[in-house]
Amino acid sequence: MSNPTKNDRYQRQISLKELGEIGQQKLKNAKVIVIGAGGLGCPALLYLAGAGVGRIGIVDFDIVSLSNLHRQVLFSVNDIGLSKALRAGDVLEQINPDIEIIVFNEKLSNANALEIIKGFDIVLDGTDNFASRYMINDACVILKKTLVYGAISRFEGQLAVFNHPSETLTSVNYRDLFPVAPADGEVLNCEEAGVIGVLPGIIGTMMANETIKLITEIGNALINRLLTYNSLNNHFFELELVAIPETSKMIPESANAFKTFNYDWFCSANSAFELKPEEFRQMMQDKNIQFIDVREAGEAPQVNDFEHINIPLSHLQEQIPEISAETIVLFCQSGKRSAGAAEILSKHYGTSRKIYSLKDGIASWQKPKYYHNVRKKS
Amino acid sequence: MQVHLTLFGQLADITGKTEMILHDIPDTETLIKTLHEMYPLLVNAKYAIALNKKVIKENTILIGDNNIALLPPFSGG
Repeated sequence: MSNPTKNDRYQRQISLKELGEIGQQKLKNAKVIVIGAGGLGCPALLYLAGAGVGRIGIVDFDIVSLSNLHRQVLFSVNDIGLSKALRAGDVLEQINPDIEIIVFNEKLSNANALEIIKGFDIVLDGTDNFASRYMINDACVILKKTLVYGAISRFEGQLAVFNHPSETLTSVNYRDLFPVAPADGEVLNCEEAGVIGVLPGIIGTMMANETIKLITEIGNALINRLLTYNSLNNHFFELELVAIPETSKMIPESANAFKTFNYDWFCSANSAFELKPEEFRQMMQDKNIQFIDVREAGEAPQVNDFEHINIPLSHLQEQIPEISAETIVLFCQSGKRSAGAAEILSKHYGTSRKIYSLKDGIASWQKPKYYHNVRKKS
Repeated sequence: MQVHLTLFGQLADITGKTEMILHDIPDTETLIKTLHEMYPLLVNAKYAIALNKKVIKENTILIGDNNIALLPPFSGG
């Protein structure tokens, strides 16, 4: 038996005549960055490293938690509390020491995105929020990088290749499909809506597959097309995307414009203003402001520090009471329900009222006291 | 002249249906108006509209039978 050589590693895929030695060389020369080492990022990273993509970037700022393990297949219980990006880098290094792995153990923001992404050719978006998705799309448009997009919701997944340079086609980007970002809370994330581990496994693996096809130039990648997959009934649905002149105007024109664009604000532009805890505390003194607790009646911890009324969100959804105050401040436990209530009231009252929601809820403004109360109960 | 409508993601949750057949719909604007009357929660939902598997951005006149899909954005990863 001969000693294994480096080429043995890729022998099974090199023997595919469509890929061959040339395809393998293209993979070796490729530079791919995966943003988000989560449910989509983990399987994508595994297969890209296995296939021999020469330079792989990993961006994630989060740490591994137990509730990640059912879908984030690079991690084990020993990794809980450790950096996802660093741990993912270690695992990939063990799978394939012949490739270069660059770890960015930080949150991608418009301050660092262009610098981080520019060293790569293909970007995989495996993030879990709209602000990041719009920001990554815009960065790819500005830097002219191909974007492999994957996203999931409950039992359904979406997959597309955006912004791929082509001589014959006008490239389509994420904003051509969804020009307007959903408001905060309009679309639930995995934490709120739930997800079965295998779905991001499937979509993330398909993202890796599209990437490998793009690099080796085999098959038909989903360029300017969107594929959806429903894991409950195994239905695939594919549609053709079109570029819209108006959407290009929404994308920051320059690197400087990109760095000053507020993506968090853009992605909650339709909801009311969010208050920081210190702003909330200042407003508490103002007797002309109507404070409304939108939690269900009797929900702990109780708030006695300032005058307020209780109208649960579930009631607001059915009937909106007449509120005479010009300024309304809504709060709840975590800031989610109050954001929802703010949206309902904004739509009802239009610009006749100033409507605010306490960001991150009452947990954020008097942590020690209320946490103490909660602890005493348990 | 009918529309075979397919709904994805949370739009299926709002309507309680993944598929629907609608009759006498002359254009896509009328389709959306009809859906808003049937399901008021759709008014604030954001989605792309695909006519016969191609995304459209403007009101489009419907001749004959058509397949229309409404696809919301997903953020999960």
